[in-house]
Amino acid sequence: MSILVDRDTKVICQGITGKSGLFHSQKCREYGTPMVGGVTPGKGGTEIDGFPVFNTVADAVQKTGANTTMIFVPPPFCADAIMEACDAGMKLIIAITEGVPVLDMVAVTTYLKGKGSRLIGPNCPGVITPGIAKIGIMPGYIHKAGPVGLMSRSGTLTYEAVWQLTSLGLGQSTCVGLGGDPIVGTSFIELLDMFEKDPATEAILMMGEIGGSAEIDAANFIKAHVTKPVAAFIAGRTAPPGKRMGHAGAIISGGKGTAQEKIDALEAAGVVVAQSPADMGTAVQRAIAKKAGK
Amino acid sequence: MKIHEYQGKLLFAKAGIPVPPGIVAKTPEEAAAAFTKLGGKIAVVKSQIHAGGRGKGTFKEQPQQRGVVLVKSAEEAKENAARILGNTLVTVQTGPEGKKVNTIYVEGGLNIARELYLGIVVDREAGGPVLIMSTEGGVEIEEVAEHHPEKILKEKFDGLNGLHAFQARNLAFKLGFEGPAIRAAEKFLPQICKFFIDNDCSMAEINPLVITKEGELFALDAKVTFDDNALFRHAALKEYRDLSEEEPMEVRASETGLSYVKLEGNIGCLVNGAGLAMSTMDLIKLHGGQPANFLDVGGGANVDQVTEAFKIILADSNVKAVLVNIFGGIMQCDTIVTALLTAYEKVGFTVPLVVRLEGTNVDLARKMLAESGRDIITATDLTDAAKKVVGTLGA
Repeated sequence: MSILVDRDTKVICQGITGKSGLFHSQKCREYGTPMVGGVTPGKGGTEIDGFPVFNTVADAVQKTGANTTMIFVPPPFCADAIMEACDAGMKLIIAITEGVPVLDMVAVTTYLKGKGSRLIGPNCPGVITPGIAKIGIMPGYIHKAGPVGLMSRSGTLTYEAVWQLTSLGLGQSTCVGLGGDPIVGTSFIELLDMFEKDPATEAILMMGEIGGSAEIDAANFIKAHVTKPVAAFIAGRTAPPGKRMGHAGAIISGGKGTAQEKIDALEAAGVVVAQSPADMGTAVQRAIAKKAGK
Repeated sequence: MKIHEYQGKLLFAKAGIPVPPGIVAKTPEEAAAAFTKLGGKIAVVKSQIHAGGRGKGTFKEQPQQRGVVLVKSAEEAKENAARILGNTLVTVQTGPEGKKVNTIYVEGGLNIARELYLGIVVDREAGGPVLIMSTEGGVEIEEVAEHHPEKILKEKFDGLNGLHAFQARNLAFKLGFEGPAIRAAEKFLPQICKFFIDNDCSMAEINPLVITKEGELFALDAKVTFDDNALFRHAALKEYRDLSEEEPMEVRASETGLSYVKLEGNIGCLVNGAGLAMSTMDLIKLHGGQPANFLDVGGGANVDQVTEAFKIILADSNVKAVLVNIFGGIMQCDTIVTALLTAYEKVGFTVPLVVRLEGTNVDLARKMLAESGRDIITATDLTDAAKKVVGTLGA
């Protein structure tokens, strides 16, 4: 088992005829992900590198039975693409696109409410369940199937953590990139809940960063509802207030959202927090040992 | 993107949001003329910079001069303008280096009865825009939030339909508005919320929002920030960008598609990915060093971008060593090394360079580095990299 993706997952790519869309669709297919086609309005009925192309997501769903989509359309059209996917009944929508206007995401959040689609992203690396499916831009080979569930607001930092885990012999159940924007589809709390309920996940690693209060909300949730060992790392301890550190969400404003504030909350919830980004893998080992010792 | 107060007020006025009459001045003479044109009785001379706290701020060159001054004659307006223009204003928000004032705004006086606070931001947890108001206007709102959280009112509004009239009335009654001011709020508050949505703002702040003795509402200040990701649909707003307000190297980086933030330390960093870039800064600090910058080259940087990134890092004279940390995912390590060696040749390195590579094609990349004959220190993992780069400083 795993979260979000399983053996019934069938994936299409919205924006498949674009450079990144095609490249990553190919990479996902090479990894073994059941990629069943793609969507580019106006290019329906054609084929690109063996992928059938459809005009609309509804068409693609009808003809291929796809239940998951990976979105690579340019930022001005991303919100519309997400809503189209939801309307076509996609169970899982993974938006990779970076640079979506915040108010577009406000409209999307309102639209998705109560409709049964789960959105991951935007501005995220995607989701991977090693050995089953890779839906996103992460390098497949660094992963290894195993018991650790990963969730993160950043891309390359997640690769770093995965690499440390794999090097220690600790595989991953599912790795999820939430996205680096202020408003994203899925929160740490929702994923914590899924990992807690997933029999294949035995420990959780959470990678947060400065800005907002998502990690503090997660800490409160862990304290009340999570029985599995949790390790964490918070990036941006040295970031000065008021400066945006690449991610639109990574900004300390009004003295709130500092790394220390988050680290304190997590430690108070019993989470093992890695002090150095070099120790994310060993922090998971320590969290497992700590739980076992009890 | 941030804009100046006078530009914000121009946009407010266009949107039908009441602002006091005001005139932009670039010289002391223009300031005197503006005073006369505004009625010649009383006016406020306001320094235009992208930072708050101007009223209490003072000038490096003129320690007695404040950034915002009430004046009562054309001569007084002229004298103040002469002491302000071209000088450096230091406020709680500018940092000790301050900001040079190139423009002033001369504004007519009002019969102020009350001062309030108004702010709008997109609240992550609420998943939408929130209107924030307080009876405590004209002061540092962070202080109010910390010591008197009960004095801060928050009202979430719909990202499509804006703030409804009843929400405005609810706020007005809670804030103790009376008589015509309630009707004014019913109009003003939905208007400013509509402005926020229509222009894809990421922040709009009016501090203070004033109620006049006549019961009218006016935006006495205007601090507006736009969502950079939405500027593509607001072409007209681009002309309001003031490059002189931004760190030159940060502008240069953004033009190259790089994300760069200058910091105070002496170890330059070049990393792919924002999270890893932040973590690399943290790692340097953890091992006793000080990062000179945040620099994310992004996921698909090419030779030109990486070369430009090195140029930007080395243009900072504080930089005494450079750490490159790349986790090649889709971006292959050998591509980075090709870029790195080209950059090395083009830029020329006079400070130690430590490189840590991991990920796709790393073996090939390490071999290329070793065979290049360049004086490059390689590191095997994060801790090794941090120790080596801090070690080069001979601390």
